[in-house]
Amino acid sequence: MPPLLEVKGLHTEFRTGAGLVRAVDGISYTVEHGETVAIVGESGSGKSVGALSILRLIPNPPGQITAGEILFDGRDLRGLPESEMREIRGRDIGMVFQEPMTSLNPVLTIGRQITEVLEQHQAADRAASEGRALELLELVGIADAARRLRQYPHQLSGGMRQRVMIAIALACNPKLIIADEPTTALDVTIQAQILELMKSLTVRLNVALIIITHNLGVVARYARRVNVMYAGRIVESGSADAIYHDPRHPYTIALLRSVPRLDQPRKARLDPVDGQPPDLTRLDGGCAFRPRCRFAIDKCAEARPPLAAIGDPGHYSACFRSAELVAARDVAA
Amino acid sequence: MSAAPEATPLLEVRGLAMHFPITEGIVMSRKVGDVKAVDGVDFTINRGETLGLVGESGCGKTTTGRCILRLERPTAGQILFDGKDLSRLGRRDLVAMRRRVQVIFQDPYSSLNPRMKVGDIIAEPIRVHGIERDAGRRTERVRELLSTCGLDPKFADRYPHEMSGGQRQRVGIARALALDPEFIVCDEAVSALDVSIQAQVVNLLEDLRERFGLTYLFIAHDLSVVRHLCQRVAVMYLGRIVEMAAVDELFDNPLHPYTQALLAAVPIPDPRVEATRDFRPTMGEVPSPINPPSGCVFHPRCPIAVENCSRTRPTLRELRPGHWVACSEAR
Repeated sequence: MPPLLEVKGLHTEFRTGAGLVRAVDGISYTVEHGETVAIVGESGSGKSVGALSILRLIPNPPGQITAGEILFDGRDLRGLPESEMREIRGRDIGMVFQEPMTSLNPVLTIGRQITEVLEQHQAADRAASEGRALELLELVGIADAARRLRQYPHQLSGGMRQRVMIAIALACNPKLIIADEPTTALDVTIQAQILELMKSLTVRLNVALIIITHNLGVVARYARRVNVMYAGRIVESGSADAIYHDPRHPYTIALLRSVPRLDQPRKARLDPVDGQPPDLTRLDGGCAFRPRCRFAIDKCAEARPPLAAIGDPGHYSACFRSAELVAARDVAA
Repeated sequence: MSAAPEATPLLEVRGLAMHFPITEGIVMSRKVGDVKAVDGVDFTINRGETLGLVGESGCGKTTTGRCILRLERPTAGQILFDGKDLSRLGRRDLVAMRRRVQVIFQDPYSSLNPRMKVGDIIAEPIRVHGIERDAGRRTERVRELLSTCGLDPKFADRYPHEMSGGQRQRVGIARALALDPEFIVCDEAVSALDVSIQAQVVNLLEDLRERFGLTYLFIAHDLSVVRHLCQRVAVMYLGRIVEMAAVDELFDNPLHPYTQALLAAVPIPDPRVEATRDFRPTMGEVPSPINPPSGCVFHPRCPIAVENCSRTRPTLRELRPGHWVACSEAR
């Protein structure tokens, strides 16, 4: 079976006052049916823009998708007219955003926001969609669902609002859900509840999930495959196990080593990633991580290294020295 | 209370309460209730020590910090800083005290004035407190503070928007250091930073603590950072401290069910470790501090609650040396 989603050579650019920003600079990855894939990166790495590009939700101007293919369920989304794209958003691909307060409409009841989706995409009548809305709220674990349907977003807690977002995303039985930092705004215990909910529902309903996050712990707990992004490109890609136990890109190695871990003895000092995040308006032709990299060599200034297979099958790293990094990593650990 | 005999407390908080009134009506405004943001909190911080204050949003950790800074006037309780009660200081004494107690805020974007140059931001406290009246020497001091915080002194002529989040947070730290304080409230000081920058700033805070003999109250929700940086940790829930202990004791041997739930909820960045963890998220959500549950505030979510928990509010008990727990069922 072909993958559910195949992104090939996607480029998204923004024209800004400071210059041209290649927010997404040629990324390619696939998502299989029912699979959970994580996209990890820091602010400005292009992880959110990459996901919004799939849905064609990039404001133009200043943004524009300039190249690439987005094959979803056999169709290239880039070539579709806007009317068909509207059908796909919310029906075939659900979305869950970071801030549930700003992504829900404050002047509509919870119930109306769910039935709106159903009426738009499934031409359901009032009674049927209200019944389905009730069912969805119960599915995402909201107690007293009938009363909640008549309430407004401000009457709900942050965790409950995010449950509503998930209910809306699931309303039309999508094949894929894109969750952009779905739990970043939530407290630790609520974050755990929401992530468990998303995990169990995607497994039960066989929905594929792209989870975009900066939290390495969340990735380790929930994703099967991981793409690590830096300065608009995927710098390392592989199974979660390979990424965490056999990282082959200096950025991944540095990132994993910089976070304190509750399951390990306390270190005297943290080992940070040196330097500052990249300024995307000032990238040269070399590797974007070079100024912060402990393994940089002259060659790194000449060209941006392409993603190349390394280690176990399905593991890729965009570093000229990734083969040598086994030894370096052991020394580092 | 848990201080070793030779340690001297720099800060002692006793029975601190901060209740915000809820009013109804505009013309005939009347009080209809209270948000009990902080509801009877006691702790001490020794000189040179870092106390971590952790908990989820709305637990009162930030309000506690703001009371110590006297950005709020507490409803009840004492805040003894070096023996003086901050909650009762008049304006003049308060200004003098603020030279010794400083703050680092969470958001390096909103806590720096976008119209001021970095140099002026850092020089402002020095100017306001009349410490260095000579402009040339003030500039020199700013340059020194910038390099202390790991920034190029040339940054003095830049505006905040020209800098990255990590660099801005260093400016916020330089400003806090400008008056040579003894005590700094770090309110989520690294939470807004990118993962790769967080460790840099944590290391900086540790270096500064050693170099200048600083004492920190480190308010945070990220338990792994707190474990790394603090010597003692207090866990807050709904306006109260539910557990307090030395850092290793608290993380290795948490006794309060809420602390245990918090620790279990933190995912470990290692898929192999995660695969072996039997994880069941804590049920329910944090109740409203307007109308907190009776008895133990955690009892509606607690896996080990017994009948009496809804009736009696547990007080902090010292179950092991220096390890205080507010739970009647903890052993």
